[in-house]
Amino acid sequence: MHPQLPSHLAQGSATDRRLNSLLRHIDPSIASSSLSSMDSQISASPTSGFHGDSVFAHVVQAPEDSILGVTVAYNKDPSPIKLNLGVGAYRTEEGKPVVLNVVRRAEQLLVNDRSRVKEYLPIVGLADFNKLSAKLIFGADSPAIQENRVTTVQCLSGTGSLRVGAEFLGRHYHERTIYIPQPTWGNHPKIFNLGGLSVKYYRYYDPATWGLHFQGLLEDLGSAPSGAIVLLHACAHNPTGVDPTLEQWGQIRQLMRSKGLLPFFDSAYQANAQSVRMFVADGGECLVAQSYAKNMGLYGERVGALSIVCKNANVASRVESQLKLVIRPMFSNPPIHGASIVATILKDRNMYDEWTVELKAMADRIISMRHKLFEALCARGTPGDWSHIIKQIGMFTFTGLNSEQVAFMTKEYHIYMTSDGRISMAGLSSKTVPHLADAIHAAVTRVG
Amino acid sequence: MWRRCLWRRGISSSAAGWWDHVGAAPKDPILGVTEAFLADTSPRKINLGVGAYRDDEGRPVVLQCVRGAETKLAGSQFLESLPNAVNTKLVEESVQLVYGKETDIVQERRFAGIQALSGTGACRLFAEFQRRFYPESPIYLPVPTWSNHHNIWRDAQVPVRTFRYYHPDSKGLYFGALMDDIKSAPDNSFFLLHPCAHNPTGVDPNEEQWREISHEFKVKNHFPFFDMAYQGLASGDIDTDSKAIKIFREDGHLIGCAQSFTKIMGLYGHRVGCLSILSVDENQAIAVRSQLQQIARAMYSSPPVHGSLLVSTILGDSQLKALWEEEVKAMVARIIRMRAKLRESLEKLDSPLNWEHITNQVGMFCFSGLSPEYVDHLARKFHIYMTRDGRISMAGVTTSNVDYLANAIHEVTRFGQEDSSQRRSFNAFIPHISYAN
Repeated sequence: MHPQLPSHLAQGSATDRRLNSLLRHIDPSIASSSLSSMDSQISASPTSGFHGDSVFAHVVQAPEDSILGVTVAYNKDPSPIKLNLGVGAYRTEEGKPVVLNVVRRAEQLLVNDRSRVKEYLPIVGLADFNKLSAKLIFGADSPAIQENRVTTVQCLSGTGSLRVGAEFLGRHYHERTIYIPQPTWGNHPKIFNLGGLSVKYYRYYDPATWGLHFQGLLEDLGSAPSGAIVLLHACAHNPTGVDPTLEQWGQIRQLMRSKGLLPFFDSAYQANAQSVRMFVADGGECLVAQSYAKNMGLYGERVGALSIVCKNANVASRVESQLKLVIRPMFSNPPIHGASIVATILKDRNMYDEWTVELKAMADRIISMRHKLFEALCARGTPGDWSHIIKQIGMFTFTGLNSEQVAFMTKEYHIYMTSDGRISMAGLSSKTVPHLADAIHAAVTRVG
Repeated sequence: MWRRCLWRRGISSSAAGWWDHVGAAPKDPILGVTEAFLADTSPRKINLGVGAYRDDEGRPVVLQCVRGAETKLAGSQFLESLPNAVNTKLVEESVQLVYGKETDIVQERRFAGIQALSGTGACRLFAEFQRRFYPESPIYLPVPTWSNHHNIWRDAQVPVRTFRYYHPDSKGLYFGALMDDIKSAPDNSFFLLHPCAHNPTGVDPNEEQWREISHEFKVKNHFPFFDMAYQGLASGDIDTDSKAIKIFREDGHLIGCAQSFTKIMGLYGHRVGCLSILSVDENQAIAVRSQLQQIARAMYSSPPVHGSLLVSTILGDSQLKALWEEEVKAMVARIIRMRAKLRESLEKLDSPLNWEHITNQVGMFCFSGLSPEYVDHLARKFHIYMTRDGRISMAGVTTSNVDYLANAIHEVTRFGQEDSSQRRSFNAFIPHISYAN
């Protein structure tokens, strides 16, 4: 015996039919008194809902990313003298983001080519891009490339390359620990943890000398278990700007090969790196994550590549097939635009040369900012040795300022940087150097 | 075994490599079809594998509205990642598209939205988010579903369960079983639903059935996650195709939704999508979004801007948007014409089988019912490529190849045993979870 529909609902209508079919699913043994309590649940009105709470009501606000959070705070600041030295994105003397001329040219070529389509790339990405990226980092005459021992897959900039590499290692490599330098880019431990690896640190930066803690590095890598993965910044270490010398790289290589440690290079800042080539030259294996974000100003297009150098071509091919299984459930296939721009530039001799010229101009401007800041601090007689500003390499300076001093500079001088004292030199100009020098001077003399 | 290898590693050049044990992975069942097609040298070859639209000459299409957007954008944008500005605009346009501009959800900002790497990326972000906050919960996937759904939730380490959806005999919705499975799942389960143009079957619930499903979800307190990959490409109308979502919204469900612009705007290579999760209020939305951003940050930091600029330019410009809607209608019209032609040709050949489902099914795909053996035969003998579950991408059918296709299908099936082969094909199709090693 089916429960009766309440009379006010018993008209022929779509809602009626709906209610009838719903009632058919209801246990016929339900008494009519229970039915009236169900009236409140089953209503004919299409807009009455069951407004329960979200199943994600318990989700708490995640902390701001410490690097990107700097820009958020900067944007909120109304001060006209504010300065953003947070994220490592290149700026001109006028403080404007840059699109390289050669990139604009490449983009125009692509837009004008009406035969171009927007089909899916293969899972591993644009073939030309992959080949050219491998040649760029390893050298066109690299035996590893000649012997087809390298597999290269297009990924989403450096982050994406690191993540895909981490996931691959988590599945196929017997060691699940990666050693990363102290300090390192803030996103590294998160990428590796979420990618399935656990993270340990090796000593790298020596605050006493503002330079490399080479002894500590050798000791820590020397005591790592055989086979452990080691993250190496190929050059222009982020955040410190402190790089090993070529000789020191040689020693690191020897140590790592003797202990069977697996090198995982993060090459975020420079097109080629002698450190990487040194490791590949000894015939051993390694992983390399490449990014075109900074060296081609393609930040927003997320262009990068992961290369795995293997013992032989057969292994490289099988490794590639497994990389596809990591990529497919992550994003299926990579974005076409940025990689097409890079490939267009790298394969054309003139454009390639034009790019190296623009790259040098960017690097030169940064070096000039280093010198100007150093001179400004010397001129003010700011206590301390500031020569590390001109010794460190790449986009960042690890000032040595502590978090209290940083907070002071933000509050009093509206200067934004990460709390570890890292400043992006690319965010400076001749006009703003004096302001920064004043701020550093004040921080060092007034704050502990 | 490892110790021996490692000890020899000191002499690096002669030692065994790290990856000798790594086996060759099987090819992706969908993308592998295109590879096989490309390798085929026959002039008659047809690719009915991957769901990418083709015009009647079999050529890929860049939509006019996309060209218009590109011209508008050329030379103007900065290529630096502008995570806030570009991402926000894309998300705004996306949620308006799927939920409706005037709805309370959009007006009151009760959604956590984040740009994602197309549909795959949006599903993956959600799967990771689900794992983070409901670590024990499985996801219920329909049988069948897009094969990559299994890979996505598995890689996010979310256990996968299935619910019945398609009935191979009727080639329609297995509604009774579907409702039973919804009811017998534990309360508060996570379900993945295709809001329109189900992939691979093309079989969708009707409005009444959606209402029943929505009601049962409320009774069971299930979480509905929609994978919206074909808004506009099912019926030709954007709003009609989001009806299921509207029904669930009216019932008060706080759904999750993955959106893809890949097929609906022909932006395959650009990887543009959006994930949204509805919330009770804006504060909750902000909290959820912050978590999604963290997950994305550790995966790829931020999504590529070019494609999302194209999408938000088109949706934000009334002329371009109107043009887009016209072009979507035209794509759907061509696909429907091809469905009609294919069915007509097969019936003219006096095929012993029933081909009604070709015109009953909706969207880009036809779930033909062809067994894996027939599929292989079609590839070998006729150079016609489709996935082994018998899914045909109708977009790959043209006026000039439809007769050849019909003839080929007729040839391989004319003497076959329909029921058992189709049942075999259906069972063979149920995806096995692990491809690993």
